[in-house]
Amino acid sequence: MTDFTAQVQGVTKRYGETEAVRGVDLTLAPGECVAMVGHNGAGKSSLIKLMLGLTTPTEGRIRVLGGDPASAACSPIRRRIGFLPENVAFHPSMTGRETLDFYARLKGAPCRDNDALFERVGLEPAAIKRRVGTYSKGMRQRLALAQALLGGPKLLFLDEPTTGLDPALRQSFYAIVAELRDRGTTILLCSHALTELEGQADRVVVMNRGRKVADGSLATLRSLAQLPVRIRLTLPTGDIDALAARVGEGAALTRLAGGVVELACANDDKVALVRRISCNGLAVDDIEILQPSLDEMYAHFLRREAAE
Amino acid sequence: MNTLLIIAGKELREATRNRWVVATTLLMAALALTLSFLGSVPTGTVGVGPVEVTIVSLSSLTIFLLPLIALLLSFDAVVGEIDRGTMTLLLSYPVARWQLLLGKFLGHAAVIALATVVGYGAAGVALAMGGTAIGPESWRAFAAMIGSSVMLGAAFTALGYLASTIVRDRGTAAGIAVAVWLGFVLLYDMALLGILASGSGLGVETLNWLLLANPADAYRLFNLTGFKGVSAFAGTAGLTAHVQLSVPLLLAVMAGWIAAPLALAATLFSRKQI
Repeated sequence: MTDFTAQVQGVTKRYGETEAVRGVDLTLAPGECVAMVGHNGAGKSSLIKLMLGLTTPTEGRIRVLGGDPASAACSPIRRRIGFLPENVAFHPSMTGRETLDFYARLKGAPCRDNDALFERVGLEPAAIKRRVGTYSKGMRQRLALAQALLGGPKLLFLDEPTTGLDPALRQSFYAIVAELRDRGTTILLCSHALTELEGQADRVVVMNRGRKVADGSLATLRSLAQLPVRIRLTLPTGDIDALAARVGEGAALTRLAGGVVELACANDDKVALVRRISCNGLAVDDIEILQPSLDEMYAHFLRREAAE
Repeated sequence: MNTLLIIAGKELREATRNRWVVATTLLMAALALTLSFLGSVPTGTVGVGPVEVTIVSLSSLTIFLLPLIALLLSFDAVVGEIDRGTMTLLLSYPVARWQLLLGKFLGHAAVIALATVVGYGAAGVALAMGGTAIGPESWRAFAAMIGSSVMLGAAFTALGYLASTIVRDRGTAAGIAVAVWLGFVLLYDMALLGILASGSGLGVETLNWLLLANPADAYRLFNLTGFKGVSAFAGTAGLTAHVQLSVPLLLAVMAGWIAAPLALAATLFSRKQI
C-alpha cells in the first residue's frame, strides 16, 4: 500500500486555448481532509474531474488509489471513490430510494445498506418515498451526500458541498465529514465559504487561475502569509497615549468604535506585546486576539500572485 | 452486462414515469386500430386479406411516425444529461462510457419496442377477432412488420444518439434530429424520384444501393416486397421482380443502420471532454 491516496504530478489541462489547470502538484494522504479554495474558474472543478478520470491531463501524471483514474481498467478504483458534484441533479420523477438504489447497483454496493445511509445523512423515511422533484435544496444535497458515501469510499471529492444549506445542516454535514476522516477516508473539499473550513481542514490548497499558489496547514499558511495578528483592547479610560507609549514601535495602533483599540503586530511579537500591555498596570477591561482568517489569507495569496 | 441492464432499466423506468411509454403506445394503438378497421372494409374480391391491407397502410404510416418518435426520444439522451449535470456524476461511477451509451440506448429501444408491439399487437388482436379467416402466411407478414418496425425505430434512435453525442447544445441536437427525419423520411425519396423521372439513366444496380442507403427505404422494401400477398396488394409486385434485394440483405442493412450510428456515437462519446 502506498502512503498516498491520490497524487497529481505536474498536471496541465488545456481546453483549446484556455489553460484550466497549470502545472499542479498535489498529494493527498489517507485520513486527510484537504480544503481547496479559489475563485470560480480557478481550476478546482477541472482538477477534480482530472482526478476522477473524466478528463485526461494534457501534461503530467495522475495516480489515484494506486492506478490511473482515466484508464480502461479503472472500475475497481472508481468503486472506492465518492463524488459530490457542484450542481447535483437527479431525475425528478424517481423517488429518493429508487435514485440511491440505482447508484448503489451501479457501484456494486449492497442496496440493503441504503437505509443506514439515509439515516446517516438525515433523510426521513417519509421523504425517501417521495419523488426527488419535490425535494428542497437541503434534501437534495443530503441525497447527494448519501450517494457519495455509497460503498464506503476511500477517497471523497466534495465540490461546493454546503452551498445553499442552512447552518444547522452545515454542522451535521461537517460532522459526517469529520467522522469519515477519522476512519481513514481522504477528503478533498472545495468551497467558497472559507470561514466554515477553519477547524475542518487539515490542509488548505489555494488555487488561482489554474495554478496552485499555496499549500499547507492553516498554521503554515499563516506564517507564510505573515499577516498581522490583531489584538483588540477595551480600555475603560480611553487613555490611548499611555497605551501607545507601552506598545512602542512594533505595532500599528488604530482606534475602533466603542472605546476599542486595535493593535496589529507580527505573529512573533504577539506574546511579548501582550506581556508589555498587561504587566505594567494599565487598566484593560477586555482583550481579544484575532488570528488572520482564512478569508484574509486567501485574499493575501491572490494579491501576491497578482503582484508577481 | 449487468451494468447495461441497470442503466437500461433506469431509462425505461424514467420513460414510464414521464408517460412517454403510455403516450407512444396509445398513439401506435390508435393508429393501428384505425387503419385495421378502415382496411377491413373494402376487401373481398381483390383476393387479399385484411391483414395485408393493414400491413401496407400501417407500414407506410410507420415510416413517417416511428422515426419521429424515436428521434424525439433520443436526441436529448447524451447532450441533455451533460447539460443537466447528471452525466458528470454517472461517469464518476465504475461505468465505461460505451456501457452508459449502450445501456441508455437499450432502454430507449425497449420503449419503442414496447409501444410498437403492444400498439400494433392490439390491431392484430382486433383483426383476429374480426371473423375473417387469416392464413399463417398473413400472420407471419404481420409479425415481420412489427419486428421490422422495432428495427426501424431502433435505427432512428441510434441516429438520434449520434446527433446527441456530436453537439454540445440541446437546441442543435434537436435541429439535427429534425433534419435527419426530413432527410431520410421525406426528401430522400423525393430526390430519388426526381432523379429517376429526369431520365438520367440511373441503373437498377445504383438504385438498389441508393435504396439501401436509407433505413426507411430498407424498411419499406422489406414490408412491401418481402411477402407475396402484401406485394400483390401494394402494387409492388412488378417492383419485386426488379429489385434484387433479398429479405436477409434488407434485414442486415437495417441492423447495420442500428449498429453503425451507435458504434460511431460510442466512439465519439468516449473521446468527448465532459
